[in-house]
Amino acid sequence: MLKDLFQKRKYAVIPSERINTERPKREIPEGLMNKCSKCGTIQFSKELEKNLKVCASCGHHFRLNAWERIALTIDEGTFVEMDGEMISEDPLQFAGYTDKLAQQKRNSGLKDAVVTGEGRIGGFPVVIGVMSFDFFSGSMGSVVGEKVTRAIETATEKRLPLVTFSTSGGARMQEGILSLMQMAKTSAALARFQDQGGLYISVFTDPTLGGVSASFASLGDYLLAEPGTIVGFAGRIVIEQTIRQKLPDNFQTAEFNLQHGQLDKVVHRKDMKTFLAKLLDMHAGKGGAADGE
Amino acid sequence: MANDLPYEKPLAELRKKIEELKKFGAERDIDFTDEINRLEIRYQELEREIYSNLTAAQMMHLARHHSRPTTLDFIHLLFTDFIELHGDRMFADDLAIVGGLAKFNGIPVTVVGHQRGKDTKDNIQRFFGSPHPEGFRKALRLMRQANKFGRPIITLIDTKGAYPGNTAEERNVSEAIARNLQEMATFGVPILCVVIGEGGSGGALALGVGNRVLMLENAIYSVISPNGAASILWKDASKADQAAEALKITAKDLLRFGVIEEIVPEPMGGAHRDPAATAEAIKEALWRHLQELRTMTPDELVADRYEKFRRVGKIAFASAETDRDSGTESEADKISVPDAKSDAESQ
Repeated sequence: MLKDLFQKRKYAVIPSERINTERPKREIPEGLMNKCSKCGTIQFSKELEKNLKVCASCGHHFRLNAWERIALTIDEGTFVEMDGEMISEDPLQFAGYTDKLAQQKRNSGLKDAVVTGEGRIGGFPVVIGVMSFDFFSGSMGSVVGEKVTRAIETATEKRLPLVTFSTSGGARMQEGILSLMQMAKTSAALARFQDQGGLYISVFTDPTLGGVSASFASLGDYLLAEPGTIVGFAGRIVIEQTIRQKLPDNFQTAEFNLQHGQLDKVVHRKDMKTFLAKLLDMHAGKGGAADGE
Repeated sequence: MANDLPYEKPLAELRKKIEELKKFGAERDIDFTDEINRLEIRYQELEREIYSNLTAAQMMHLARHHSRPTTLDFIHLLFTDFIELHGDRMFADDLAIVGGLAKFNGIPVTVVGHQRGKDTKDNIQRFFGSPHPEGFRKALRLMRQANKFGRPIITLIDTKGAYPGNTAEERNVSEAIARNLQEMATFGVPILCVVIGEGGSGGALALGVGNRVLMLENAIYSVISPNGAASILWKDASKADQAAEALKITAKDLLRFGVIEEIVPEPMGGAHRDPAATAEAIKEALWRHLQELRTMTPDELVADRYEKFRRVGKIAFASAETDRDSGTESEADKISVPDAKSDAESQ
């Protein structure tokens, strides 16, 4: 057919031996170098740290744990942790849960998947909750629900703005229905907070799914996300199985969600603190934000 | 009704024997009345034995039984003058959620519930009872309306969960569920919820923030479908029965955890054996709770609902021993659900 003549060939054909020889496997010394999971660029860990764990080549935002995030966001020396000793129980006597909790504590150095407290952002006092994906995939069980609820209640009592950085695989299965109920608990606490006119800024970080995105994280007055952050309810694999179709590459990314009206703004990590301070300043004297400096 | 669930096999076999004996007796004109009566008694005993010892997995199959009464069945059995209302006013009318106005013993109420299909065609229209965001938004619209006009809200919960598809994500199903959770917490009217079949995850909870949450005896309520849990835990969705046990999803478990207030009994063998009798039991319980709630002011109703959900969870403190004097531990005890032991003791 004539049409076939003009059709672009979709793939370049490379002889297989060239693929093997052209890209020798590069050895990465443990801890010294880091490979970007998006573009494959290898960079010095030190350089990556200096770049706030953002890939210098493609801008991919590596995941941060709660303490790294707090260091980047909260004015130095102003953070006071709340409920730092709160730990999970095993209410369902779920096989393996106690061991897994112990292992997660060892690996992450955290006691559960969220750190909450009070601190200042650009001088503005706030109550903040920061989730950590490295503890049990940031899953929400009784402790996460209780700490977030207490943080909201503290913000309500002290009339302070609330800021959360969420990242979560969803509700924690091992605590069963109690995990599910944390969604209602945190959302009800936010209802009181909002009713009182409190300001809530919610920042999605990669990834935020399931029970956390379907509760407090989606209820901010302002919804922000870091570039490339996956935010959604059901995971990609589950959806692909349901609809039996491949989803577009950018599905559920911050940029996709921005396009679909689900976010106010995508903010680069290096600009996040300044942007939060600016937003707080816009509310000076309102919603619990301090009256300027 | 046919005994079609696996654990009902012994019953089916015994029933077959009884029928054979009856037929044989009739054909040969022999009187087997005594034997048949004995077998009928044995049948009843066996029935009681089997149905009073159902496992979580067996209940899961019962809760998903194709002839189990649905929300619309119960609406017609519980209420009169039902007026169905449609649409979220923004995008569509999601048939996976039905709702409207009705009279409950003469009182106007708003009723909302998940609706599974009755057959394949119906199920396709209703997405097997799994709502899209527009379904949750329709429910919220009807509940806001109830709040405005001071009508009690009754929700019937029966879903595998929110529809897990790209269309649901594009229209922000997370926000739709979250919004329902937040706003249901604010309504100054009584909210009563009944889990009538399967209470699947966030999609169920989005209609579940009530002052009272009741559960049918064989209904289940879970953070994740046992099938989903099995594929995550053991990479094998066929181990759903095992996951059903581990996740503690039965009405008894939830009562023990303080998540529900009451278990509504079902007829022997399950709600589908006698939908009218099941509805009668639901009606009695709902009415009783509604009478209590109707004495409360709007503020009291909101506070009551807040306290109900505020309590749920089980936590401890790493330094409980050192904190004993400061009262931290007793605080932890206060917000913990009763554990199995103390619960058993108190009963």
